[in-house]
Amino acid sequence: MELGIRDVRKEFNQYPALHGVSLDIRPGELIALLGPSGSGKTTLLRLIAGLDFPTSGQILFGDEDASNKTVQERNVGFVFQHYALFRHMNVADNIGFGLKVRPGASRPAKAEIRRRASELLDLVQLSGLEKRYPAQLSGGQRQRVALARALAIEPKILLLDEPFGALDAQVRRELRRWLREIHDTTGHTTVFVTHDQEEALELADRVVVMSQGRIEQVGTADEVYDQPNSPFVYGFIGESSSLPVRVANGELWLADRAIGLGAQDVPDGDAILYFRPQEIELLDGCGGCIAGTVAASRRVAGSRRVELKIGGQREQVEIELPVGHPAAQQSRVAFRPRRYKVFPAKAT
Amino acid sequence: MSKGVFKKSVSPVTEPPAVRYLLIGLSILVLAVFLVLPLVTVFVQALQMGLWQALATFSDPDAISAILLTLLVAAIAVPCNLVFGIAAAWAIAKYRFPGRSFLITLIDLPFSVSPVVAGLVYILLLGPFTPVGAWFLQDFGVRIIFAVPGIVLATIFVTFPFIARELIPLMQDQGTGDEEAALSLGASGWQTFWHVTLPNVKWALLYGVLLCNARAMGEFGAVAVISGKLRGETVTMPLQIELYYQEFRALAQVSAFSLAAVLAGLALVTLVLKSWLEWRYADQLAAGNRGH
Amino acid sequence: MTRIRFREPSIIPGFRLTFGFTILYLFLIVIVPIVGLYMKTFELDWPSFWRILTGSRFQAALKLSFGASLLAALFNVVIGLLIAWVIVRYRFFARRLVDAIIDLPFALPTAVAGIALTALYVPQGWIGRLFSPYGITIAYTPLGIWIALVFIGLPFVVRTVQPVLEDFNAEVEEAAATLGASRLTTIVRVILPALLPAILTGFSLAFARAVGEYGSVIFIAGNIPRQTEILPLLIVFRLEERDYAAASAIAAIMLTVSFLILLLVNLIQSWSNRRFGNV
Repeated sequence: MELGIRDVRKEFNQYPALHGVSLDIRPGELIALLGPSGSGKTTLLRLIAGLDFPTSGQILFGDEDASNKTVQERNVGFVFQHYALFRHMNVADNIGFGLKVRPGASRPAKAEIRRRASELLDLVQLSGLEKRYPAQLSGGQRQRVALARALAIEPKILLLDEPFGALDAQVRRELRRWLREIHDTTGHTTVFVTHDQEEALELADRVVVMSQGRIEQVGTADEVYDQPNSPFVYGFIGESSSLPVRVANGELWLADRAIGLGAQDVPDGDAILYFRPQEIELLDGCGGCIAGTVAASRRVAGSRRVELKIGGQREQVEIELPVGHPAAQQSRVAFRPRRYKVFPAKAT
Repeated sequence: MSKGVFKKSVSPVTEPPAVRYLLIGLSILVLAVFLVLPLVTVFVQALQMGLWQALATFSDPDAISAILLTLLVAAIAVPCNLVFGIAAAWAIAKYRFPGRSFLITLIDLPFSVSPVVAGLVYILLLGPFTPVGAWFLQDFGVRIIFAVPGIVLATIFVTFPFIARELIPLMQDQGTGDEEAALSLGASGWQTFWHVTLPNVKWALLYGVLLCNARAMGEFGAVAVISGKLRGETVTMPLQIELYYQEFRALAQVSAFSLAAVLAGLALVTLVLKSWLEWRYADQLAAGNRGH
Repeated sequence: MTRIRFREPSIIPGFRLTFGFTILYLFLIVIVPIVGLYMKTFELDWPSFWRILTGSRFQAALKLSFGASLLAALFNVVIGLLIAWVIVRYRFFARRLVDAIIDLPFALPTAVAGIALTALYVPQGWIGRLFSPYGITIAYTPLGIWIALVFIGLPFVVRTVQPVLEDFNAEVEEAAATLGASRLTTIVRVILPALLPAILTGFSLAFARAVGEYGSVIFIAGNIPRQTEILPLLIVFRLEERDYAAASAIAAIMLTVSFLILLLVNLIQSWSNRRFGNV
């Protein structure tokens, strides 16, 4: 099912949580809503589900306007952050609930409900646990039951709110791979909310980066990582260093020196240079480079992180060097980013 | 349909306003009929012949002695149960030993025992016809049953869970970390108790004392059975209310309700203080353990 | 060989003192008197015990006490759920006041409640007046007893259900809604089952309290033998006749029922904790 979000605005007690958000999701896509807390990602998910209603704007399920439909009518599968399993029902009853509460004519027979429940338990790899109660399951198992329960109603769209938020790192990684597999098998249009960029980049077909109630960028993992379109996205996804610079005649200047980087589309004036610490080249002489004194150097996994103080000690950037690179021992290092982006200063 | 108009924009986890108002109205009606009306009746009946007639009750020597006896009984029973409550909470909350939950059940027991049975057990044990009762009467000249000591005992029985059951869950939640810290800093056992434990539980303690006192002053069944109802001697306020009430004279009715109004006033003060404690110090009272 | 210890070692002082005092106090105030009651009952031989059990006055009081208590506790479940729901879920101007007034039956002395209820429900009383034209008498009938028992049992269900409802996770209700359940279905099939252990506990406590209640009932009951005479009152009559054995037999039966109810409450709680835990 195709999902369209048209200029959706949401206010809670006059305080805007979403400012006119628009987004198109293609059938069968796996979408991540990524952003820090308070960015409006969960609010957007709840509006899609019909758990909250937009202040203005439209939500389209296919060609149909779903804005006026209740949550019961929308037929979405929703997996809650804390699973929200019915604790007085066993696993089979939890999964069968959505079928059992259907109105008379469309309700499957009991045996059929039971068959569907055990089929779904197979899918989520929990066969044999039908009679367990939620209290008798581990966190990861509860998450799987919650997903099976959401899938049982054959939802048009599957929505997951921080699906792995409450699990420990090891289980998270396993379930991530497993969710991708389930998605590929069932082919549901899926939207999940996360604040974990690694999770979003690894899992999603497209990532929607959100901040302060707005969509900053929509794109594949490669697009949002390699071509961030705003300072926020640059800073939020992956590691980044930034340095205040000045643009004059399409060239970047640091204090009174040109640093050998061009900036064609940026108007003259103050700006900020963003680059990834690992995407730099070291230079020997400095005819157009960034030079700084080494303030600290520390080993991070397979590389060495060097903090440089630049220009009158006021600014500080980080660059990454191979372990054992002689430059880390020097007191001065000169470098130039291989890949970078410049944003006008007022945009930050 | 115009964009941005939402007919069904009701949260899925609440009910339509009409249902809400209906349920709220129904609850208030039920409470008004079953709780508020009886309370109002007490004061209206007390004042049916005017304020002077109501106040005249308190010049009756019987009423005065009933009030004094009630105060005396509460003044003995509440401190006894205070000491017990603290000791029991300390033993149960600060140590782990087998049978703790059984001990808690035992402490809760008086809540499910009929007050009449509570009075009866002491008569059977300490009545003048029993060996113990006869021994006290002959060797010390002390009557227990149909006298003040029996009233005190029965009151202690029916009120002794109140303070303990407030303190135990709270002190269990608080654990032993604070005490261990104090002891490791060189405090003695008593210093630890006075300066660390007691301040941690003071509001829960007050809460328990409040409820204990309300019940101690208002206890009827257990005391009725054990007191012998000698006017001016073994009659507490609730018993005096009954005696007045049974006289069937209009004036005595006023006296019954005037005395009842005093106890109803006490109940109101108790409720106000209790609600204030719950509101102000909710975090320092045992959670989810209100009432009784 | 290791010495077997009664308790786990702790550096906190005062165990002997507090534990010893607690046990002594419980022993003197509770255990000895209750054991004494059962011993007194055992002084009866079987035929006399049987005669008490099968006596028409006892049987009538038994039926009345348990029947009225059952009906009152059931009614308390209904209005207790209603009031707990309203207090927890809705915001209205008198909410705090309503929350505070619930405990009135705990705070108001039973004798005061008794004479106040009687004054209200006698045929000339504020409420009795509304019913007497239809030939319905409330005071001095089993209906009056039921009213008094509803009054004293009212807070129990509210106070056991309220905290459970407060902790109830809104996500669970939303989950039911996303699965297609209507609001009513959600309440009946998701919320009520989750409240069931608390409801049962509240019901048991209200029932136990009602069976033993004396002060608030005797004024409104009328106390006519075999008609409006409750069990605790029968004990009082036997006492006044100095028939201590009969009094203690009735008391022992009531006490045993109380123990069973208390046991039931504990079983409900440990069962529900074991099975449903805290998810």
